[in-house]
Amino acid sequence: MRALEPWVELPLQTFLDESSARLTLLMTSSGQVVAQHGFSRSLDVMTAAALGAGIGASTEELARLMGSPRFEALVHHGARQSCLLAGFSTPRGRWIGLVVFGPETSVGIVQLFFDRMVQELASAVPRDETATPTLAENFEHELDASLKALFGR
Amino acid sequence: MTDPQAVLDRVTRVAGVRGALVASAGDGLVVADQLMDGVDGRAAAALAGSLVGRLVRTVAGAGRRPPAFVQLRAERGSILAAPCPNDLVLIAVVGPDANVGLARLEMLDAASRLS
Repeated sequence: MRALEPWVELPLQTFLDESSARLTLLMTSSGQVVAQHGFSRSLDVMTAAALGAGIGASTEELARLMGSPRFEALVHHGARQSCLLAGFSTPRGRWIGLVVFGPETSVGIVQLFFDRMVQELASAVPRDETATPTLAENFEHELDASLKALFGR
Repeated sequence: MTDPQAVLDRVTRVAGVRGALVASAGDGLVVADQLMDGVDGRAAAALAGSLVGRLVRTVAGAGRRPPAFVQLRAERGSILAAPCPNDLVLIAVVGPDANVGLARLEMLDAASRLS
């Protein structure tokens, strides 16, 4: 497990221990990766983050068209593995969690401990720091730096 | 199949039962519930569903028949679970003073009605 910010590590590690998730990706709603577990290649992380953010944006728009509040979670059930995509609010803005899990756990367990992680993240976030928005001209540099941090190279 | 709420009515009438629910064992999701305030049905469904699923797989691995009733006793009460057909599990959260014997009888009867 690797996280860009240390305060994310404990809530995420607790979630991983309790849920038995195979892959987990935490990202901002714009697709910037915050933490990952289980991915071995940076390309996979970039692709999953882009797709996750895209699905999050699509479902939010779909909810708006239907005149309902935003969807909280989307679950794809597969025969060998399943996927949970859930958006949540943090003091640092709206984040998205992408969790891939197998039959060794259940969607109920994953959702239960995901919600607990969201609560723990909200209370773990440092209050004295303000998040700096990523400017377009810095985006590529920050993306490279983030991926190096997440993969340790 | 009997209405799950009617089944839960009978279980929750037993003294000391703080709540009962029907959950999907494989998914760990709530199908129907009757719970007192403060009882987290979602957690009970997810955790007890997972426990029962693992127990069923464990005894199957040992070549035994699946358990008909499970009691997980703790300091301040118990979790009772009765696996049902169709991948359902009937779960009751009971206090330390509950009549577990009567709850067990009601749950086994209820589990057969859910089939």
